[in-house]
Amino acid sequence: MLTCRTVWKKLTPLARASSAVCRQNVRRTGLNNARTPLCVPVAHMSTGPAGGGGDNLKYALLVGAAFVGGLTYAVVTLKGDQQRHQERLAEISSRRQKSAAKQAATPLQTEPPAAEAAQTEAHLEPKPEVPAAEVAEAAAPSETTEQSPASKPASPKLPSHAPYLLIGGGTASFAAARSIRARDPGAKVLIVTDEPDLPYMRPPLSKELWFSDDPSVTETLRFKQWNGKERSIYFQPPSFYIDPEDLNSAENGGVAVLASRKVVHMDVRGNKVKLDDDTEISYDKCLIATGGVPRNLQVIERAGEEVMKRTTLFRKIEDFKALDNVSRNKQSITIIGGGFLGSELACALGRRSTESGLEVIQMFPEKGNMGKVLPEYLSNWTTEKVKKEGVKVLTEALVKSVSYKDDKLEIKLKDGRLVKTDHIVAAVGLEPNVDLAKSAGLEVDSDFGGYRVNAELQARSNIWVAGDAACFYDIRLGRRRVEHHDHAVVSGRLAGENMTGASKPYWHQSMFWSDLGPDVGYEAIGIVDSSLPTVGVFAKATAKDTPKAATEESGTGIRSESETEDTASSAVASSTPSPAVQHKDEYGKGVIFYLRDKVVVGIILWNVFNRMPIARKIIKDGEEHADLNEVAKLFNIHED
Amino acid sequence: MSYCKQEGKDRIIFVTKEDHETPSNAELIADDPEDPYEERGLILPSGEINWNCPCLGGMASGPCGSQFKEAFSCFHYSKEEVKGSECIEQFRGMQECMQRYPDLYPQDEDKENSSQAESSSAADDNSALLPENDPTTETSEVSGDKMSSTVKQTAS
Repeated sequence: MLTCRTVWKKLTPLARASSAVCRQNVRRTGLNNARTPLCVPVAHMSTGPAGGGGDNLKYALLVGAAFVGGLTYAVVTLKGDQQRHQERLAEISSRRQKSAAKQAATPLQTEPPAAEAAQTEAHLEPKPEVPAAEVAEAAAPSETTEQSPASKPASPKLPSHAPYLLIGGGTASFAAARSIRARDPGAKVLIVTDEPDLPYMRPPLSKELWFSDDPSVTETLRFKQWNGKERSIYFQPPSFYIDPEDLNSAENGGVAVLASRKVVHMDVRGNKVKLDDDTEISYDKCLIATGGVPRNLQVIERAGEEVMKRTTLFRKIEDFKALDNVSRNKQSITIIGGGFLGSELACALGRRSTESGLEVIQMFPEKGNMGKVLPEYLSNWTTEKVKKEGVKVLTEALVKSVSYKDDKLEIKLKDGRLVKTDHIVAAVGLEPNVDLAKSAGLEVDSDFGGYRVNAELQARSNIWVAGDAACFYDIRLGRRRVEHHDHAVVSGRLAGENMTGASKPYWHQSMFWSDLGPDVGYEAIGIVDSSLPTVGVFAKATAKDTPKAATEESGTGIRSESETEDTASSAVASSTPSPAVQHKDEYGKGVIFYLRDKVVVGIILWNVFNRMPIARKIIKDGEEHADLNEVAKLFNIHED
Repeated sequence: MSYCKQEGKDRIIFVTKEDHETPSNAELIADDPEDPYEERGLILPSGEINWNCPCLGGMASGPCGSQFKEAFSCFHYSKEEVKGSECIEQFRGMQECMQRYPDLYPQDEDKENSSQAESSSAADDNSALLPENDPTTETSEVSGDKMSSTVKQTAS
């Protein structure tokens, strides 16, 4: 059951995480899994006029068929979300096959390209292609011929010029690289990142990785997807990238990552940047996707080294590793912050607390979890659910001071409450990284922060900004800055398109999703700000559902309703026969509309999945609706 | 029956399944088929290939993107009687490239699939190759495309 519900969420986050196609996903996965059996009838069907082509054709088709595995989704011409979904699906699929192909792939992700190449060869041997024995032979030499001249011309030196320079190595940057490479054949893309890692996705760091069964997850950084298959948080293995030194000589171009290097200066006039080691790289077109750095509380910064040593600001792989370690070795962790990151981490650690006796405290100034996003009644309801996950939630908590005393951290709140803990996680937001604004002479938005760009994400004629660091003009919803994974995908992709001449405005709305324990899972799109008036339409518990509602205490009621694919409740209902009392309001499933000037500008799908295209359409229309209950009907909130 | 309540600026409506069984009278604006900003799938209205289509799953942007594009273009624009029959060179080039990246482009695990795909692709009746339960079939704009159907069914 749990898997069903989380299924769509485990999907590769690089693709826009539209839940729209979850069901389809499931079906298609079924198909994939049923690969062999399914082919049998197909073969039967094809026994008819099989002699259509000559041998040449056969060869072509065979070759085609061989590549087909990777091209599974090439045929798909679905629109909008479905496409995006396909991308996600394709990722999953390839990931799936990869892990199937080599179980020992785990350390692969972190191996240097050299080791990768060795693996590559090793794999060529046991896989002789039927007609392509000579092809395989040809492949090996061509590999060497291509690589040796590449390393010849220059001593191990960085390229002094990159046609496409992407600053930052996160999701937005990777999505842009993909987009550029797809649209500009042979494009040479250089990503410069101050992180030591190849591009990876961040959501699993506060989501799936915490729920892994694998004790070595901090090393493997792999997580189980909904179909039970694992994938790495890295978008691509090292072999996907080319060496920065080879960038200029690479015949077909490629994507190179210069890791652990920081761009410290940008010369817009000279079209070049300077790195922290004084290397200069010129560019034709540049993307700034520098993301941001986690904010800290002033009271912690002022509290001294002992406190800072025991404080985690969560953003990167190393932070995940560090916090995992803390959670195994300390007795008490306090999370400050009630937003996405804070609430997700609280639930993740809370789950762990039930096994290990770890004390997990979450405190924030709002009245309930996600108080800046969810309307108050829903925020309060959610907080109850978070508490059930083993989290001690302190609401309306303003930190006055933090000190280190007797091997403990003491957090004093403004209302006099005192909390003793071993470790603090400050999840109090992100500061967009606009370090380059000064040297580059780029405008920083005074309201939202971030580089101010136009609707095409453009800061200057050959400079674009995407992801967390971009304050862009959404032609539908106005000026915004968005800190979500899917936005990084969407905006990175758009920037990549525009860097290759698409001239498209920000048009496709990004979405996001979050999961807080087993009873709360939601997706949202548009502007979801709890200060806006909202209309929430929820499925009322029916007579049939009432017993489930009555089991609320065990936390099973809503879970079975939303997590089971088909008919939810018979088992629960019969096992807990309770009088059909009208229970207090249950916000099990529903849809919440956020209004600005009577127009829907944001929608949350609350434990309702697969409906994002409808929500996106309503936002896109931007129409005033007389009766939002009628609009809510479009979402079929009573269906699974 | 449904009931409503207001909590400050927030309105809450509870509805039963029956309440929502009548069709919605909410009006949505019809999509503009000419909308230049909308994603158009793999094949654009102009007949060109949309290489940035997410449906390609990164095929066009990976290390063998160029070879893939050549082969796919050749096939797509092929006017030969047996579509794609002149594209052997391009497919071979792509194949060679892909073999250098087995972890990026997993080869078909079993030969069975290949040969089946081969024989089935050789069949002229493409429609027979479309998996009945493939949800993409209904909406696929190029379902008549032989390569597509090959791809599709081998994939499933």
